[in-house]
Amino acid sequence: MIILQTDQLSIAFGGVRAIDGVNLAIESGQVYSIIGPNGSGKTTLFNLVSGIYTPDDGSIRLAGEAVTGLAPDQLARRGLSRTFQNLQIFSRMSVLENVMVGRHRHERTGIFADLFHWPSVARQNQATVEAARAALARVDLADSASRPAGSLAYGALKRLEIARALASEPTLLLLDEPAAGCNPVETEEIDGVIRSIVKDGITVVLVEHDMRLVMNISSRIHVLASGRTLTEGTPEQVRSNVAVVQAYLGIHGSQESNRAFH
Amino acid sequence: MRTLLETRLLPAIVVAVIVVILPYFFPSAYYFRVGALVFIFALAVVGLNLLMGFAGQVSLGHAGFLGIGAYSVVIGPVYFGLPSWLCVFVGATVSGAVAFLVGRPILRLKGHYLAVATLGFGLLVAIVLTNEAGWTGGPDGMSVPRLALFNWQVRGSDSWYWIAGATLVGGFVLALNLMESPTGRALQAIHDSEIAALVLGIDVARKKLTIFVISAMYASVAGSYLALFNGHVTPDIAGFLRSIELVAMVVLGGMGSIVGSLVGAAVLVVLPQALTIFHEYEQALLGFILMVFMIFLRRGIVPSVAATFAGRRK
Ligand SMILES: Nc1ncnc2c1ncn2[C@@H]1O[C@H](COP(=O)(O)OP(=O)(O)OP(=O)(O)O)[C@@H](O)[C@H]1O
Ligand SMILES: [Mg+2]
Repeated sequence: MIILQTDQLSIAFGGVRAIDGVNLAIESGQVYSIIGPNGSGKTTLFNLVSGIYTPDDGSIRLAGEAVTGLAPDQLARRGLSRTFQNLQIFSRMSVLENVMVGRHRHERTGIFADLFHWPSVARQNQATVEAARAALARVDLADSASRPAGSLAYGALKRLEIARALASEPTLLLLDEPAAGCNPVETEEIDGVIRSIVKDGITVVLVEHDMRLVMNISSRIHVLASGRTLTEGTPEQVRSNVAVVQAYLGIHGSQESNRAFH
Repeated sequence: MRTLLETRLLPAIVVAVIVVILPYFFPSAYYFRVGALVFIFALAVVGLNLLMGFAGQVSLGHAGFLGIGAYSVVIGPVYFGLPSWLCVFVGATVSGAVAFLVGRPILRLKGHYLAVATLGFGLLVAIVLTNEAGWTGGPDGMSVPRLALFNWQVRGSDSWYWIAGATLVGGFVLALNLMESPTGRALQAIHDSEIAALVLGIDVARKKLTIFVISAMYASVAGSYLALFNGHVTPDIAGFLRSIELVAMVVLGGMGSIVGSLVGAAVLVVLPQALTIFHEYEQALLGFILMVFMIFLRRGIVPSVAATFAGRRK
């Protein structure tokens, strides 16, 4: 099944065509990566797909349903979740509470129940705590549950965002550079986490600059450059594509691109 | 689970104990009056704190809802013959409805823009109360019929002390319940990152509106009590200074601290009374003390003191 499909998706900011006629067709149950040089539109594509931006042109389908123009919260309730490149942590809350917020779409209480603490709220809180703890355990943060979220190190915050997104039990999860700023050990952990997520039947769309991670884990890779699709295919196909290497050459220099692709 | 429940309501229990114990230390009946005023203001401040400290949405016009509540217990009994206690509820309902209508367009604004829009709302209410003299008595205000509960004519400061104290404890319980509920977590999340809250399925606009309505109802009840307690009401109750006073109480006591709401209200009600001995320097001294408080307890009294104690224990 195609879980996420975009057709001629486009958006411009001022004169900059940040995303320009991008077609995606992502099969469910796999890791699908989107790569490209800095400023090529990867985050913008995520913002379009998750409803933060409304496209100027083109359409989006989520599991076959037309969802173009829906708000982020409406998409979340249809099973889409994501993390952020520049962290969006609830820093005043504890680590556990952050993940509890991820359970929001599964919580069924009303404002009166909440104000008067009806038994349903107590039960709900309990269930939410349990699910949140389970999500924290998956990213190896169970021991930090009661710490203030603001006190975690950068790598841990990246994993916290993944746990929070997982707690919402998405069918489609967008990860925007989960391994950025992580050391090799942490990157290895992220790799393991992503694999376990996919094993649960969640489709992962990954934006990532760490080419080793991308090449190892992806079923297919979509390469963007200046908002347009450069190529799309399996890791082998993408690796052997000259245009891709050239797109990176201009940005990273030949040495780095060689290291990245071989 | 048991301990969770107990810790959740602990502040309410502490306040209940304070309300009951305090009168044993009152040297004169005058202190009941001060105590009642503190509790009434604290009620409004708890509501405003839910909005500001908790959900992160400022309101510089909250006295407008004090005004709606206050004039409800005048207009209802005088023009429609309704019992005063019923008008407290009617006022809260009207305030909630007004907050709903006003909140929909203005809660889309953020930060300073929201501040100015709410400020405008407060001014609007004050001007309507001043100009609609046929209903409100204009700038001179009106005298407020006494509250009668069954056959009991409520007049003494001590009666109001107990009524306001009991209501405040109730207000604490509701606020504390809310904080540890799905809605409460959603509101806190909105404070820190609206975008992340949205992406997790939270209807941000609706949650903001909900808490705006609730905080308006808190203020409305406080306004009704204030009018009934004073026996007279003027449009000043909805004025800009009153709104600022409420905000100052929230910030001084501690943003997001329910206990802080009581502390902030207590300091700003008691201090001016205590400073009257300095005559013309009263206001200046009050201003100076506020500055010193904020410089040394920059997160507000309760959170700053709590952090100091937590630090010592380590
Ligand atoms: N809200 C916005 N307003 C104006 N321009 C924007 C906005 N969002 C993105 N852009 C522009 O769109 C282009 C693509 O940016 P985007 O953040 O999507 O790149 P990216 O591929 O995620 O880059 P990186 O690898 O650095 O994260 C950039 O030129 C950027 O300046
Ligand atoms: Mg990006």
